[in-house]
Amino acid sequence: MKKKKNIEKILDVQKLTVSFDNFKVLDNLDFYINHGELRFLIGPNGAGKTTLLDIITSKTKPSSGKVMFNEDIDITHWQEHKLVRHGIARKFQTPSIFPGMTVYENLEVAAGFNLSKFKLFQSISAEERDHIGDVLETIGLADLRNRDANILSHGQKQWLEIGMLLMQRPKLLLLDEPVAGMSRAERDRTGELLQSISRDQAILVVEHDMLFVRQFASIVTVLHQGKLLREGKVEDIQNDSKVVEVYLGRGHKETA
Amino acid sequence: MSVLTQYKNHRLHWIGFGIIAIIFLLVLPNVLSIFQLNILGKFLTFAIVAVGLDLIWGYTGMLSLGQGLFFGLGAYCFGMYLNLEAAGNKLPDFMSLYGVFELPALWEPFRSPVIAIALAILFPAFIAFLVGFMLFRSRIQGVYFAIVTQALTAIVALLLVGQQKLINGTNGLTEMKTIFGMPLAEDSTKVMLYLATVIVLGGVYLSGRWLVHSRFGRLLIAVREDEERLRFAGYNPVFIKTLIFTISAGVAGLAGALFIPQVGIISPAQLDIQSSIEIVIWVAVGGRGTLIGAVFGAILVNFGKSTISSEYPDIWQFIMGALFIGVVMYFPKGLVGTIQGWLKPNTSDLVDKPSVSSATFSNKTESALGN
Repeated sequence: MKKKKNIEKILDVQKLTVSFDNFKVLDNLDFYINHGELRFLIGPNGAGKTTLLDIITSKTKPSSGKVMFNEDIDITHWQEHKLVRHGIARKFQTPSIFPGMTVYENLEVAAGFNLSKFKLFQSISAEERDHIGDVLETIGLADLRNRDANILSHGQKQWLEIGMLLMQRPKLLLLDEPVAGMSRAERDRTGELLQSISRDQAILVVEHDMLFVRQFASIVTVLHQGKLLREGKVEDIQNDSKVVEVYLGRGHKETA
Repeated sequence: MSVLTQYKNHRLHWIGFGIIAIIFLLVLPNVLSIFQLNILGKFLTFAIVAVGLDLIWGYTGMLSLGQGLFFGLGAYCFGMYLNLEAAGNKLPDFMSLYGVFELPALWEPFRSPVIAIALAILFPAFIAFLVGFMLFRSRIQGVYFAIVTQALTAIVALLLVGQQKLINGTNGLTEMKTIFGMPLAEDSTKVMLYLATVIVLGGVYLSGRWLVHSRFGRLLIAVREDEERLRFAGYNPVFIKTLIFTISAGVAGLAGALFIPQVGIISPAQLDIQSSIEIVIWVAVGGRGTLIGAVFGAILVNFGKSTISSEYPDIWQFIMGALFIGVVMYFPKGLVGTIQGWLKPNTSDLVDKPSVSSATFSNKTESALGN
């Protein structure tokens, strides 16, 4: 175990197994991310990517193994709001915002999670308002701050949700397919956004879109059948024969 | 919405509130007969319950079928005080009928009007707190919450029917002569009770409005729209939901306490599921998620009910049912919600959706993320 001042791992998944009816979705998985890292998690359908996020955020219970945060905090089985208060933020696959509120109000809700219950009945502080303004700039929705969130485009909704996570000043961001359904231009914007914010916090991105991964990833982890298949630089990963095999199937390799 | 229009809306709201307050406080008492005023007073107590239901159903999205129960419990609490006041130093009449010669301990606190009013609010609120906390902690949502509150209502109504010696069973509480020494039959007492109801309704409405416009109010809407997102935004919805359920029950109990002296009877029949469902109809017709809609929904539906039921005693229930179905089908936002929709310009036409290429991410990232 490293000494306190050398803490490297923000998230450390240890010997994690998840089974549904004897089928192992995750199989004795060891996996970690360092502070300030932008990590991409890829793998074919059913590899266990979303399940891993579900375990980290306690949506699903593991059969065995544990999840450590900041090296010495065991967050397995924690309730969602407690995870958020310790700095773990999750974005869902489909945009999940509050459609009946304005863009600003969505961020205002996200800003208040750490307030005492009494403060929830008072008006918003100047510091919080500045923070909302900064996040609005970051996600590029400042002009739309007073619009109802349900009129936003799909991509804008995704950014708004990322903005809501940023309001939490998280240490670790978990993003489940953030660019699914986005146009090419929106994907590029999102990639730039992720790269710029990853300087301040670790980000784990589950992604299907290989073009997007190639463009914005540095270190990639490949999951296959609940196990860690490969981990390394994106250039090495995409030329790895094993990775090509699981992605394109055995037949492809034989004929290749 | 710009700050200016928000300010204008705010001012318009206060002007409207002032006009309605003058009508109810000064005009109507001089125009209506005492009989009509008394009936309107009863409707206004219904309007108070409706505001409470709107907070939990319209804003927070949880259909409570227990509001009739909380209303009835409030009425019982204050009715017990009125009973004791009527009985003077003796026991309420019904007790001697059933061979009870000593005041049951349960009744003792209700000698004091202050405690009786406090309990009319706090007792239903306490029940809602307990039930709500247990249900919400187990993440019981949606239709299951409605079913449990409905079952609770049925259980308590049955329980009251069985308690003949204690609170006169099916007959309910009826012996009431005076309130704070003033005879209930007097016109002046009736006018005072009406005015008190108007003032309480105004206070409940303004408090509710303040609540839904506060930050906490936004959390209520967040529970309604996406509770899971709210959990992942770092909140524990159990606190939010339990608090609003407790408040709505307290408001219903307060309305019940105002109802009983104006009507003079509370029996288990009035705690029935049907009365809880009627409250839902008032709010649906008036407009969910608009407090003013809940108020006018309660008044209008009850006015319609009493008019239609005296004109067409045989078929009025069918007419009311058809009206309800019609409103839900063609005006799902209710009357007030629909009118608001007409007044509000169609926002989707106004949106100046910037194309993606013009949307810019600034480099203010560091400051946005704070430390």
